[in-house]
Amino acid sequence: MRIGIVCPYSLDVPGGVQGHVLGLAEQLIAGGHDVSVLAPVDEGTPVPRHVVSAGGAVAVPYNGSVARLGFGPATALRVRRWVAEGRFDVLHLHEPITPSASLLALWAATGPVVATFHSAQLRSRALQAAAPLVLPSLERISARIAVSEDARRTVVDHLGGDAVVVPNGVDVDRFARAAQRPAWQGRPGAPTVAFLGRLEEPRKGFGVLAQALPALRAAHPGLRVLVAGRGDAAAARALAGEHAGALELLGPVSEDDKASLLASVDAYVAPQTGGESFGVVLVEAMSAGAAVVASALPSFGRVLEDGRLGALAAVGDPAALAAAVAGVLEAPARRAALVAAARAAVRRYDWRVVTEQVVAVYETVADAGAVAPDAGSARWRLG
Amino acid sequence: MSAPVVALLVVAVLLVLAAVVWALTATAARLDRLHHRVETSRASLDARLLRRASAAEQLALSGLLDPASALLLASAAGEALGAEGEAERSGAESDLTRALRAALPPATVAALRRGPTGTRLLDDLDAACQRAVLARRFANDAVAQTVRVRRTRVVRWGRLAGHAALPRSFDADDEPPALAAEHVLPRPGGPR
Repeated sequence: MRIGIVCPYSLDVPGGVQGHVLGLAEQLIAGGHDVSVLAPVDEGTPVPRHVVSAGGAVAVPYNGSVARLGFGPATALRVRRWVAEGRFDVLHLHEPITPSASLLALWAATGPVVATFHSAQLRSRALQAAAPLVLPSLERISARIAVSEDARRTVVDHLGGDAVVVPNGVDVDRFARAAQRPAWQGRPGAPTVAFLGRLEEPRKGFGVLAQALPALRAAHPGLRVLVAGRGDAAAARALAGEHAGALELLGPVSEDDKASLLASVDAYVAPQTGGESFGVVLVEAMSAGAAVVASALPSFGRVLEDGRLGALAAVGDPAALAAAVAGVLEAPARRAALVAAARAAVRRYDWRVVTEQVVAVYETVADAGAVAPDAGSARWRLG
Repeated sequence: MSAPVVALLVVAVLLVLAAVVWALTATAARLDRLHHRVETSRASLDARLLRRASAAEQLALSGLLDPASALLLASAAGEALGAEGEAERSGAESDLTRALRAALPPATVAALRRGPTGTRLLDDLDAACQRAVLARRFANDAVAQTVRVRRTRVVRWGRLAGHAALPRSFDADDEPPALAAEHVLPRPGGPR
């Protein structure tokens, strides 16, 4: 099949949607499909051969955070050209109501269009204002996918209609085979836990973890907290106060180091306070064999099957988080049971399974003929 | 009325007319696209349902099932393949789904998967069931969106839908039994 995939977010910076798009493209190519990925990319950024640039990206506020998006007449022209020259059997757009390349492609094409909704957060006020623009374009989508039950609920509540759930893909085997690193492994009396995420972003929950440190250290004086992620080290130490000595700030880590880190530590802590539609990193930690302790966000609760696959703690509650971590560290048998159950359950997120489901969706809509440029979209021509 | 006022009025009327014509044309194009989507997705659904029924029939006639299960499955598949009219089809498809669940409990699926022919037939049936579920979801989505647009005032007052009948969703129980070797079924959440 000839498949055109559009990512609205710039590939210059890493992100959940970008990672999913590039991973899916790789899997589809390995499966013998012909794939072209269109995304905003600045000149000079190294990208895989099957990526086509939709032009440079601009950082703009949208839907509650700042995103690097591509829009404007020049991008629109590139998108139209890509659609016209691609002769695709299926077009797969990600986050189609983001003002970027996906939306432009939606207007530029007719035929089988699949759209994946990643976000579980849509601002209803902004959406209401944009409804006359958004609804007609959404009608062009033949099949909707949501990456989680929470993302699906958002689609149902805000946009009407429905979506099928196909989760984000994870390379389960890569994490399962990751080498452990002695420096990151816990020792008797000195267990290790890992935190991943940008330190300054409040919803990643580093602050909650910092406040949980006193109780954690009271139970395990030798505890080490390995922190991977971008951010101001001095500010992080200040947050931890007298317990800063327990922190080991690793800074941003490579994908391989992340896998090794998750494979080495006794527990992975996810104290996020919101904004998570799925929780890929939880699945990665489960694949690597770390026991997961996460805040009880709806999406995390679903990934952890309400506590069967990992411990859950009340959102934004340092005392509850400390108790949940202690509960995992102090009961080796329970820890082993959680890890074993999690290892079996993550198979359903493996790329092989996810790709098969996505291809089933492609095949279902591809009956409707091939993708063609929409002649009517010419009236949007401004450049 | 002086000449400039008349001229202004004429211009204003013309502008309003142009706007009305533009709105009507745009909505007509939108509706046309939706009707097309309803047709193609419905054709796809019909094809997927036939494919599912014939996969069930093949399994029934393979000689791998006990005669009673085979008869149950074969007759349900036959009914689905031969059903005519919306109501009859929807009933027959739901019956086929129930027959599949009844004839293929986990123990039977495990036994069938021990042989190459059984594995192939089950894989085939599983893929067909998955795709029928997806096709019905997408077809009904197209219907729901079309109905929503056809209920708008512009469409009703402008009679933009012409004589096209209001499309209807296809309701059936299509939740298949677990046929896969591992967990690879799509998980269309929520009520169906």
